[in-house]
Amino acid sequence: MRIAAIVTRIIQQMKRDKRTLALLFLAPLLVLSLMYFIFNSDEAPMTLVVSNGSAPLIEKLENADFNIIEDNNFTKKQLEEKAYNGWLAVAPTTIKLTLLNDNPSQAKILTMQLAQILQPTPASPNSLETDYVYGGKDTVIFDIFSPMLIGFFVFFFVFLITGIALLKERTSGTLERLLATPIKRSEIVTGYMLGYGLFALLQTIIIVLFGIYILDIVHDGSIWLVLLINMMVALVSLSLGALLSSFAASEFQMMQFIPLVIVPQVFFSGLFPLDSMAEWLQNLGHIMPLYYAADALNGVMYKGYSFNEILLNLLVLACFAIVFIVLNIISLKKYRSL
Amino acid sequence: MGSDAISIQNLEKGFKHKQVIAPLSLAIPKGQLMGLLGPSGCGKTTLIKMIMGMLKPDKGTIQVFDFIVPHQQLLKDIGYMAQSDALYLDLTGEENLHFFAKLYRLPKKEQLERVAYAANLVRLTDDLSLKVTNYSGGMKRRLSLAIALIQNPQLLILDEPTVGIDPVLKKEIWQELIRLKEEEQKTILVTTHAMDEAERCDQLAMLRSGHIIAQGTPQALKEHYQAKDFDEVFLKAGGDAQ
Repeated sequence: MRIAAIVTRIIQQMKRDKRTLALLFLAPLLVLSLMYFIFNSDEAPMTLVVSNGSAPLIEKLENADFNIIEDNNFTKKQLEEKAYNGWLAVAPTTIKLTLLNDNPSQAKILTMQLAQILQPTPASPNSLETDYVYGGKDTVIFDIFSPMLIGFFVFFFVFLITGIALLKERTSGTLERLLATPIKRSEIVTGYMLGYGLFALLQTIIIVLFGIYILDIVHDGSIWLVLLINMMVALVSLSLGALLSSFAASEFQMMQFIPLVIVPQVFFSGLFPLDSMAEWLQNLGHIMPLYYAADALNGVMYKGYSFNEILLNLLVLACFAIVFIVLNIISLKKYRSL
Repeated sequence: MGSDAISIQNLEKGFKHKQVIAPLSLAIPKGQLMGLLGPSGCGKTTLIKMIMGMLKPDKGTIQVFDFIVPHQQLLKDIGYMAQSDALYLDLTGEENLHFFAKLYRLPKKEQLERVAYAANLVRLTDDLSLKVTNYSGGMKRRLSLAIALIQNPQLLILDEPTVGIDPVLKKEIWQELIRLKEEEQKTILVTTHAMDEAERCDQLAMLRSGHIIAQGTPQALKEHYQAKDFDEVFLKAGGDAQ
């Protein structure tokens, strides 16, 4: 009942703070959309060179809105010079696709469209081989890091809002006043986790649905898994924000945690390739919650992983949350020894 | 135990290298209105926070009713009003009162009664549906006092309750404190540096640099220092200490 009192109070407070609600729910959508448009801005029709293509194939491709240039003596060098989007060379048993890949998201769209058109049939079991002028198949930017972006926004905004809300409670003396009542420290922490967790849950649902259905971010795996991972992210962020707020004396000091706690996590969450980093640096990533979140989100959304394949990541995230929650309960001893 | 509501033995507390509470012993009998008098920074608030169990003493023990501080159950019996108003500004006065009432696990019916009683006592009934942001300084102080009374505690610990409250209301609050003491046998500990308030206490303890430099009824203190009023007692007692 005391926990319920805290939860009710948090809901009442949040409902009155329209600006914070807007930050929580709309800001992530705004930034996510902006990034989407930045990375997918080129919607011009793509030019495809075709060598030895059959008439039905050419027709199919033209119907799919490609600019088709037929050239039976084309080379990779020419593709690079002319900067066409791709070159499709049809041979008796295979079809070879060479992508310019100067814009990975465009190359990705091209590959997906071609894969649909050229679906192997029992009559013509042609397989599609892909080659690249620039980069390789791993360089699709937005698709790779959009799952991580979702996790990042959930983490960032939940961290910011709970951190500052709790800090306000500490500096205004209300937390101390709360501890002058017979409430247990664990009841306070649980109340906060549930109260702000509710808003984090709503935020997560909105971001995930917006990302998947409006921005059309690839999602091969289950949307429920995406929500589950993000809920864990929110829980970790909630407990970490609450914990760090006890080390900040003002809102300004809370902001100082952003470059210390948030930014480094971005570096280890798949935005930059981890394989090329020094080993000690890679190991550093393993202490960051977002590393596991990004790994799980990428697995589910991009690679279509199932629950069992991300279970380890979820467990690690749960451990982070539990450790932070326990530390929160301990840190309240500063105000009352019981 | 027995007749004392609060009994403090050889209490010591220091922050960093500064001794805030020197070895201090004090007993507050049940059913008395005890005034804790002293200049700013003399350790009044530190002493009160230790009685509440919010600060850990370096040495010594504090017993409140039958419990050794800190004790969770004990907090139900103490109504506390902090020196600074600790209120939820985005909530209305009523929501603040109900929130604290729920923390004391009052049954629904009693909750409504106590909220109405406490609000009426501090004359806030008409402003209960206003957000606390819109309250004046005095209104916030009154709301804090109402919260201290919400669970009908046996012991009231009020840290400078009448700062920023106009004389008319101040008089009413003091009348109510005396009524609570006389009719409901509550024990009340009040800190103040308003000398007119000191006159109305049953017992006074004067605190200076962490020591109790004088203790007794207002009348006895005045006679002891041969002073006309408390400003004089205060100056003389302070002079002795230095």
